[in-house]
Amino acid sequence: MEKLRNFLDKIKPHFQKGGKFHFLHSTFDAFETFLFVPNKVTTTGSHIRDAIDLKRTMSVVILALIPPLLFGMYNVGYQYYKAIGQDASFLETFWFGFLKVLPIIVVSYISGLSVEFLFAQIRGHEVNEGFLVSGMLIPLIMPVNIPLWMVAVATIFAVIFGKEVFGGTGMNIFNPALLARAFIFFAYPKHISGDSPWTYGLTEGIKTIDGFSGATPLANAAAYHIDKIPDNLTLFFGLIPGSIGETSKLAILIGAFILLITGVGSWRIMLSTILGGLFMGLIFNLFSANPFMQLSPITHLLMGGFLFGTVYMATDPVTASQTNIGKYIYGFLIGSFGILLRVINPAYPEGMMLSILLMNAFAPLIDHYVVEANIRKRVKRWSINQKNI
Amino acid sequence: MTKIIKLKKGLNIPLKGKPLDFWISSDPVAEVGICPDDFISLTPKPLIKENEKIKAGSPLFFDKDRPEIIISSPVSGTVKQILRGPKRKIEYFIIEADANIEYDDRFSSINFDSLSPEEIKDFLLKSGLWAFLKQRPYNIIPDPNKKPEAIFISAFDTAPLAPDMEIILKDEAKYMQAAINIFKKLIDVPIFVGLKANKNSVFEQMKGININYFGGPHPAGNVGIQIHHIRPINKGEIIWTIRPEDLVIIGKYIINKKYDASRIIAITGSQIKQTGYVKTILGANVNSFLKDENIIDTNNRFITGNVLTGRKIDRNGYLGFFDRMISVIPEGNKYEFLGWALPGFNKFSLSRTFFSWLNKKKEYVIDTNYHGGERAYVVTGQYEQVLPMDIFPQYLVKAAIVKDIDKLEKLGIYEVVEEDMALCEFVCTSKIEVQKIIREALDLIRKEMS
Repeated sequence: MEKLRNFLDKIKPHFQKGGKFHFLHSTFDAFETFLFVPNKVTTTGSHIRDAIDLKRTMSVVILALIPPLLFGMYNVGYQYYKAIGQDASFLETFWFGFLKVLPIIVVSYISGLSVEFLFAQIRGHEVNEGFLVSGMLIPLIMPVNIPLWMVAVATIFAVIFGKEVFGGTGMNIFNPALLARAFIFFAYPKHISGDSPWTYGLTEGIKTIDGFSGATPLANAAAYHIDKIPDNLTLFFGLIPGSIGETSKLAILIGAFILLITGVGSWRIMLSTILGGLFMGLIFNLFSANPFMQLSPITHLLMGGFLFGTVYMATDPVTASQTNIGKYIYGFLIGSFGILLRVINPAYPEGMMLSILLMNAFAPLIDHYVVEANIRKRVKRWSINQKNI
Repeated sequence: MTKIIKLKKGLNIPLKGKPLDFWISSDPVAEVGICPDDFISLTPKPLIKENEKIKAGSPLFFDKDRPEIIISSPVSGTVKQILRGPKRKIEYFIIEADANIEYDDRFSSINFDSLSPEEIKDFLLKSGLWAFLKQRPYNIIPDPNKKPEAIFISAFDTAPLAPDMEIILKDEAKYMQAAINIFKKLIDVPIFVGLKANKNSVFEQMKGININYFGGPHPAGNVGIQIHHIRPINKGEIIWTIRPEDLVIIGKYIINKKYDASRIIAITGSQIKQTGYVKTILGANVNSFLKDENIIDTNNRFITGNVLTGRKIDRNGYLGFFDRMISVIPEGNKYEFLGWALPGFNKFSLSRTFFSWLNKKKEYVIDTNYHGGERAYVVTGQYEQVLPMDIFPQYLVKAAIVKDIDKLEKLGIYEVVEEDMALCEFVCTSKIEVQKIIREALDLIRKEMS
């Protein structure tokens, strides 16, 4: 490591002010701090600092995304071989999915990080770690058949208009990964809805066995084909069609466990989102106007992207409510609107994406009222006091 | 019926190097340094020239903006140097101390029982004892012409490696009572003393004070936190605070008629072989009690005060005016290969992202490294975990960054000073300089209000 350090120290002056590669200073900085935690010491304020930094926080989220990612890869292969009616070994199945998913991840990272580095360079900032997570989230909420150029366009759109125009990581209003998905959903709806995008090859018209439809459980529910929805256990383990990372609730719960035990993900948001979902599911049960409304709230939680959105998207600290009380309200509304949109909106069965984006927009308002309550209490105390004087 | 105020939020950083109940010997103090920066918003004007003689308790300098505020010399001797930094700013008054301290006898014949409130104020100002008082908001030396709502004293310290105040104050009850009595005669306001829950204190025997008990982790011992829970400061109000060991100095002047600035401090930190307590004097050169053979390694940071709020000093620097401890910790000026990715059994964090959280009993050596670069705010809810106040800390800091005075007032800026939010700075993932930002906001408001 000594050699690497010495090499970095040797080339460092070229990237500093006056050096010939100064225009690449952010890039150099990003790689240097990736390899080595800087030797910078405290100068003002507290002499010691917590060991955590944004790199560590983001690494934990990436770690928590690994279980749904690995399962997603396996499931891509599983759905494919199921569709063509062929038997395949575990490794074959996984390898097939791995080869299909990997390009999406690579495209997402390359297109997104290019924009990030470019903006960091222009602004003279350090490169922020935020996209490391977004770059992994984007592939996980895509259907496997998504054209790669679409991933690139959506990612670039999301990073520029979702993040950089607001000032970069930490300043954005909407979750960039969800924005990328929403972009595709509204610009190229054919590629992200219906029955064919979720199983590899269906859009190219591969020959499937009789009776294979590729419809997601949610699509079946929206069409009132309640009998075609797999049982809760199958939904839970996740060998079903869907976006790459969303299908296995078990894998997502492992990720949730990592986020909760490290304290990186907000338990307040996760809990209240689930309660919100259950609440709205029960309300629909009371009305029971159609078969979708009669669905058990538990089944609702296990279908579609509800749990994935709850664990990885709603908890994004930048776009969520920032006050603790606000977090409860924010989560509860996401959960209930998610189910509401899903059941009431016939055009699009999955409401979670739109629900989270909607609440992203309202999170500052929720916080405003929470903070305002604190302010009112203080101002009231002042005025009582002034009367006494 | 005693009420215990139990605070849940906060954090005790498990640092290695707590002060043991051991007395460290000290050489006679040969040199004393007074740093005017210890007094917030004070511009020093010297009352004495270099190479002149001074007595203990004689005026050393005054505040340019408020000439009635005087700081006195803690020892007798010769003013060796008035050390100036950039823009001729005075950084230190350095006094070569006599072997036998000679005391200023201006007030030797004063009879304290017969003094009027005005005469007491006059005495405190002229003797330099007034400078031991602090005023909230802003944490400055109080304006003599404004009456406070109350006086607050915190009689325990929860900061990392902080000394046990009962060891420091064991034999001082008589002096503290004398000082309390003088304050009672000076102004008729309640005097609140915050004690640690479930622990005996010398204050319990004293008269003329209102005692409250506080439980919970740091910053429960911060006087600002105690004020917030007993009598929160409203806009336009003033509250005075004073530290118990400074009550002792005032009490000694009243009883013994001399400015005796000796005090007991703790020597702490992971780089100290034998931690403990030492009897020294305010402003003493740390060389007199900090010997090389008691220090591990050489790449260390010396801090007067605690590791969260203290001031960096040189190896042969001086004990701060308001400090009750010296902390010595390793410097962190080294690179760490892939440091952010290691399991981190030896790294302390409030979050549980390092495996160190599995071992709850461990004590840590924490160096001065930032452990990362400064970023925009991403994580939320961290500050709230370590600030036991009904305040939204992250909103307060954001309002301070954009200098929105109206918002700052409403969010409770008058109830905090930077030390109360030091833990927020410690835990911050984005490495935001919280204390500096809060201080700048307080200075700005003070400027705008005057």
